[in-house]
Amino acid sequence: MTSAKTLYDKHIDAHTVCRLDDQGHVLLYIDRQVINEYTSPQAFSGLREAKRNVWRPETALAVVDHVNPTAPVRIAAMPDAGGARQVSYLAENCRDFGIELLDILDKRQGIEHVIAPEQGFILPGMVIAAGDSHTTTYGALGAFGFGIGTSEIEHLLASQTLVYKRLKSMRVTVNGELATGLTSKDVIMALIGQIGASGATGYAIEFRGSTIDALSVEARMTICNMAVEAGARGAFMAPDEKVFAYLKDKPRAPKGQVWDRAVEKWRTLHTDAGAQFDCEVELDASTLEPMVTWGTSPDQASPIGARVPDPQAVSDLILRQDMRRALNYMGLEAGMPLSEIVISHAFIGSCTNARIEDLRDAASVVRGKHVASHVRAMIVPGSTEVRDQAEAEGLAAIFIDAGFEWRQSGCSMCLAMNDDVLAPGDRCASSTNRNFEGRQGAGARTHLMSPAMVAAAAITGRLTDIRHFGDRA
Amino acid sequence: MSLQPFTQVSGKAAPMLAANIDTDVIMPKQFLKGIDRAGLDRGLFFDLRFLPDGSLNPEFVLNQPAWQGASFMVVGPNFGCGSSREHAVWGLKQMGIRALIGSSFAGIFYDNCQRNGVLLITLEEAVLQRLGQMVSQPDSAEISVDLESQQIRLSDGQVIPFEIDTLRKTALLLGLDAIGSTLQRREQIKAFEREHLAANPWLG
Repeated sequence: MTSAKTLYDKHIDAHTVCRLDDQGHVLLYIDRQVINEYTSPQAFSGLREAKRNVWRPETALAVVDHVNPTAPVRIAAMPDAGGARQVSYLAENCRDFGIELLDILDKRQGIEHVIAPEQGFILPGMVIAAGDSHTTTYGALGAFGFGIGTSEIEHLLASQTLVYKRLKSMRVTVNGELATGLTSKDVIMALIGQIGASGATGYAIEFRGSTIDALSVEARMTICNMAVEAGARGAFMAPDEKVFAYLKDKPRAPKGQVWDRAVEKWRTLHTDAGAQFDCEVELDASTLEPMVTWGTSPDQASPIGARVPDPQAVSDLILRQDMRRALNYMGLEAGMPLSEIVISHAFIGSCTNARIEDLRDAASVVRGKHVASHVRAMIVPGSTEVRDQAEAEGLAAIFIDAGFEWRQSGCSMCLAMNDDVLAPGDRCASSTNRNFEGRQGAGARTHLMSPAMVAAAAITGRLTDIRHFGDRA
Repeated sequence: MSLQPFTQVSGKAAPMLAANIDTDVIMPKQFLKGIDRAGLDRGLFFDLRFLPDGSLNPEFVLNQPAWQGASFMVVGPNFGCGSSREHAVWGLKQMGIRALIGSSFAGIFYDNCQRNGVLLITLEEAVLQRLGQMVSQPDSAEISVDLESQQIRLSDGQVIPFEIDTLRKTALLLGLDAIGSTLQRREQIKAFEREHLAANPWLG
């Protein structure tokens, strides 16, 4: 038995209240949870019915993000009665149970996985669970975040713990320099394409390698965020000096001597030499091309220079049927160049790609140009702070001049729970994370790609290789 | 809240063998706007079950006489992927689905089913395919699932054994209230918490 531990082992061991059996189940202590308006109501109702309290209300942070409108002028009113009731019930629950709420008019409001790091609510070494699958985002800070359902939210609120089964471990090594125009979105999309939409089911992934080291903290978040689209129940990156610099002076980050002690501890948060992983995957970033999806699962993705694949060429029966169904839904013909796909909408937003660096990247593509006349293009910043910063930096003016709608923050058209919904047949170039059937609206078609690629598609009106797009300002 | 125990259940098994059936497909966004669990049977597989004019789609498996009122679904790989929305499981349960049988399930969905007393059975791909073919025939769609003995019995008398962790099995058999069970360890959690926060004061 080796004593060398993975980063995942270190998190689980440090948070194990007790073992529950010899099949890997433990009672896991959770340091923080983030709460939204749509997956939490029944959890609070359960607490009320059982007359249970919240164990440590100060470890939870609530925010309105999924159902709120993103119209350019922010108002407190919700567009529909259901959403309004969810928002008012969240406020009632937060008040009654003593949980801090960033409501729709708060200057710190935004998408939960954007605002939690932004506020310094997430720190290395923490274990975080939240009622949203993209909680894996926090791995970029050297924390362990994972999504849970509403019953588990209730369990966590009541006990600060979850009954948890230890995952298998996968290490993904990404080496090489990304070509100009490529981003961390292309890295994670290529990985999902390589290992499949369930390639990491049952695993926690640790990412490492020269490509990861060279990425900014925000770019790393994009990778950890979408690890769940390969089935991973957690994603890690060892925290480094970039992470410490990112966190320092964040509103809720520790200060003074406590900060120094914390950083000292955080420097030990890495996989020990000799630690074993259950699975190893390698990716050469230097050979990657900009990625786009052509189907209805995130693993149905290809380089932009490719053609729509032919189901006939696939021998596996289930895969072939899935591909046929996907192409039928997407209204695409096998053999068609991906770069000839004409879009009707362009959307830059979501917890995957709507941080300030994403907006800077997109702005550098569209500056001085104009959105194609047949395209409706929207920018929905990941948080109100991101929006304010983008306005201060002049990015908002660039987008508006180019013909983009400059909107308020929220999850918006990533999952279309609010009033930002596509119509049947609409085709959207999207910086989001899921191209599922009906995700952005019943019958609507989604092509996932990086924010820069969405920006280029908005200008030309079709899927476009950012590398051949011309000068970027 | 205690759950309906799962011991032995017999009923029809509906095949839905496509890969990557996500929770957006199982429960579309317009049914996520409640603050309770009511009415989610209506939303289940909404875009597949109903035609644009609101009538039942006769092509969809759960609408066909052979599989109407199914107690089980035999599903393709990575069923339940995507969003964490537990509404998907509430909807399945409200439609009368007591167990899902597949070759792999998404992690959050797996936990959500467990917490609602819905049994998930994972079989080898080849075994699953055979079962899928059996239940795709209307006259052999009836099966029986016995959790105690960990066996699926088919209409022709065949028996398929399955594995399940003891902890999960016990919780399902007894319909245990997970929160109540955990809170019996209240003092243990408190003791852990004191040490944890002392060692990591920035977590306080």
